[in-house]
Amino acid sequence: MNKPKTTSKSNDHKKIWNVFFCGTGGQGVLTASEIAGIAAMNAGYHVKKSEVHGMAQRGGSVESHLRFGNEIYSPLINPGEADFLIAFHSGEGKRMAGFLKKGGVSLVGYLENPQTQPSDKRFVNTFYLGILSAYVPIPLEAWHDALQGKLKRFQKENLEAFDQGKNIGMSAKPA
Amino acid sequence: MQTRALLSGDEAVARGAWEAGLRVACAYPGTPSTEILESLATYKDIDAQWSVNEKVAFEVALAAAIAGGRSLYASKHVGLNVAMDPLMTASYTGINAGFVAVVCDDPGMASSQNEQDTRWVGMFGKIPVIEPSSPAEAYIFIKEAFEISETFDTPVLFRMTTRVAHTKETVEIGNRTNVALKPFAVDIPKYVMVPKNAYQKHVLIEKRRHLLAAYSESSKLNKIDKGDPKLGFITSGVTYQYIKETHPDASVLKLGFTYPFCDKKITRFAQSVKELVVVEELDPIIEDHMKTLGLPFKAKHETFRIGELLPEHISIICKGGKKLETVSTARKPVLCPGCPHRFVFSVLKKNKAIVTGDIGCYTLAATAPMSALHTCVCMGASVTFHEGFRRVLPEGKFVGVLGDSTFVHSGITGLINAVYNNVKGLIIILDNSTTAMTGGQNNPANGLTIRNEKTKQLSLEALCAATGVDNVDVIDPKNIKELDALIKKRLSENAFSVVIARRPCKLIDRNRAAMPVYESEKCKTCGLCFTIDCPALTKASDGTVMLDSSLCAGCYLCTDVCPTDALRKADSM
Repeated sequence: MNKPKTTSKSNDHKKIWNVFFCGTGGQGVLTASEIAGIAAMNAGYHVKKSEVHGMAQRGGSVESHLRFGNEIYSPLINPGEADFLIAFHSGEGKRMAGFLKKGGVSLVGYLENPQTQPSDKRFVNTFYLGILSAYVPIPLEAWHDALQGKLKRFQKENLEAFDQGKNIGMSAKPA
Repeated sequence: MQTRALLSGDEAVARGAWEAGLRVACAYPGTPSTEILESLATYKDIDAQWSVNEKVAFEVALAAAIAGGRSLYASKHVGLNVAMDPLMTASYTGINAGFVAVVCDDPGMASSQNEQDTRWVGMFGKIPVIEPSSPAEAYIFIKEAFEISETFDTPVLFRMTTRVAHTKETVEIGNRTNVALKPFAVDIPKYVMVPKNAYQKHVLIEKRRHLLAAYSESSKLNKIDKGDPKLGFITSGVTYQYIKETHPDASVLKLGFTYPFCDKKITRFAQSVKELVVVEELDPIIEDHMKTLGLPFKAKHETFRIGELLPEHISIICKGGKKLETVSTARKPVLCPGCPHRFVFSVLKKNKAIVTGDIGCYTLAATAPMSALHTCVCMGASVTFHEGFRRVLPEGKFVGVLGDSTFVHSGITGLINAVYNNVKGLIIILDNSTTAMTGGQNNPANGLTIRNEKTKQLSLEALCAATGVDNVDVIDPKNIKELDALIKKRLSENAFSVVIARRPCKLIDRNRAAMPVYESEKCKTCGLCFTIDCPALTKASDGTVMLDSSLCAGCYLCTDVCPTDALRKADSM
């Protein structure tokens, strides 16, 4: 596997990307972080992803820490060190806001803005990943392979939601 | 050929064991170890099984190793308690082909009834303990574990924690090595543990302990990261990763072969650094051993023995600080919307029963406002606690409640005991046709194997009847009026009865009926509907009900408990 390219300026080889996913049981939090983790792996990064699951209940808190870069030690994101906060539940997003670093991006904002909504609410997970893809140095092909490998149903709809998120992320992202 | 995969610690153990020529694998599900066997079952050339309990799993796997095939046992920490009997004497018999017991501890108790440090078991049983700090290490170390097992004729304890088992990491994976069966030969002094033979084996165990300690000195599993000599750490498990993250320049002795200890390596390392700190999650095992070596070092304050050790704790430990307790603000776990257990607990609560509970989803019925389950200690203890309570308080309204899988695991022995010793009362088996709490594993009562293949199905009603219990009833708990009448009847009789409340887990039967209709004009805001603790119902500021259509499963239990018909079935308009 190729190591990530270090040509682009955002691709400092020491940079570790921290993406914090949260929500409640049954919302697909873990599937979303799994796809992002596989995409990062496909791009050649060392990936660690940690979560606590086990209680099979729906509706309980779920969090997933995704870290990728050249070499990752701790599987946990420290409070105040997440580059991105991806909340599937507004209450959980507020509860976990302390994980976001200064200048980090909370993707909840997109869902709260009527201008930047997914066309189909069922695919909010892949919509979110599309937005994330606009910010992180993972090639589109790596995302597509991860999405296709992991999603068994509604592939077309999911890819559309991903593209929509990506376009919104690209236009909204500060240059 | 090597490829990369994103594997959890559990999956990495499975992959590594498969590549190491594993043949037989046995486990009873338990978070965070469950995915080890789930993953092993995906490899066709492994004979994988859900065993009925951990003692059975351990014995089947041990015997498979003695017969000559590499084998593996997996469980969570409390599961190993159930298998302690065979473990302690497996240390004596030794193995033939490699045998590894993978045990996952749960610091912080994400899903457990206690915190245990399984490293003690290695010392207690005088068998080696191996501890990976990440999935990539788990993949490499498990192969080493089989080699150590065969070299030293010993079971190997492979200890992980939740943050290793449930972390996913990119792992370079390889191919399966063909490992030939080791010939089995009858060897009575080795495999028949009667006092004379066991005495001779104990002599060998004490020798083995020294051989393992010598191996520990040279093992690459105990590695030194040479860094700044001003500050050195000795650590094991995931804590190593936290130290590398927070103190990247420090020197570190990382123990991967934790027991027997590498005293010489520890001493050399201790003498090579100016300040030495021992950091380990849970119990002070390295710490206590360090004291026997008479070396100066700093260790964590005892408040850090409780709960999960986190990256932000490392600096506090170095400064000698205490752990700051924080109140969890996480949403509390509750029974799923539409869960069939909720019907049973609603009836038990109404009848003011004292419920001796067990390990499973239904333990969640203890949380307020349901508060309908009153004891929980370990697997099977609902039945035995029911008996113990009735021995002292024979007139009490005690009901023992446990799930189908838990009943087969160890409820049945308590039931035989209760019938044999003439206790009266009521046991309810919540038969949801799965081992739900751990994510839905098959068990003998649903008649499917770990690979979802049909097998002989255990009849719970025939099994209960065979114990000689006075009554065995099977009922669908959704028929709540009949259930209520039946429980009242059985509790009023001078008899010992079993009720099997049978309805599949809502995560299996995903059919949903329409949401109930709510008419706020009829609502007296009595709050009865909130006592069933359904996540789909929330209380508005004026006491009325808000229904969440995304959560409601259309079970209509709320319409059963509503006294004013403010909540009613959608089709009764």
